[in-house]
Amino acid sequence: MNVRSSGSQPIAIEQDVVLARQTARKLATECGMRLIDLTKMVTAVSELARNTMVYGGGGDMDWQILEDGGRVGLRLTFRDEGPGIPDLKLALTDGWTSGGGLGLGLTGARRLVEEFELDTAPGEGTRVTITRWT
Amino acid sequence: MDRIPILQMGDLLLVTIQVDMYDQLALTLQDDLSERISRTSARGVLIDISALDMVDSFIGRMIDTISGLSKIMDAQTVLVGMQPAVAITLVELGLTLPGVSTALNVERGMKLLQDRVREQ
Repeated sequence: MNVRSSGSQPIAIEQDVVLARQTARKLATECGMRLIDLTKMVTAVSELARNTMVYGGGGDMDWQILEDGGRVGLRLTFRDEGPGIPDLKLALTDGWTSGGGLGLGLTGARRLVEEFELDTAPGEGTRVTITRWT
Repeated sequence: MDRIPILQMGDLLLVTIQVDMYDQLALTLQDDLSERISRTSARGVLIDISALDMVDSFIGRMIDTISGLSKIMDAQTVLVGMQPAVAITLVELGLTLPGVSTALNVERGMKLLQDRVREQ
């Protein structure tokens, strides 16, 4: 698997969530993603970037365009140095929320992508990596 | 501060969302709309989201809240213009907006609203 290009951008304030979505849209277009897959990816980015900002106290989105055989993929990692998620099972339950939302952010984002990885521990921040292949 | 304009047409209010939504903008729209319904005694609200290329759980919740609060203020809400890719994504996300009336486009949405307001 090759990394064709990569980069990073901060997620600190609300407008950064919009910028993260715009970057994801541009990159997904570059990957040649179909409109429906692109829309799912961008929506997942919106949910995860908001989590980074609200629950993680801000962080970064790292992006990579990957090549694997004939496939092109977009991989995005959202990382923060926040409090982490104490109960992962609970956080991945539909409808459960710690912040007054609908509780669909994390679980919904997971359903919208092909690969979903979550790495977190109390006090050690959170890293969520999502990937979609074309 | 940024605001989404609310147009008045008789006893209906028309909202066309044409910018990339961020959370504060959504919350401001919610407040502005409830204030306008109260001030103008509007009977219906039409929300056109045909320019939105993404609706996430936050915007989805805003739409649901607007629909709910207009109902208890004696106004009907109709959501129009949702793009197919947005609709598919919303359902997969787990948001089916069961309490929200929808129409395919502004014309049909307007007719639906006018019929409903007249019925009352």
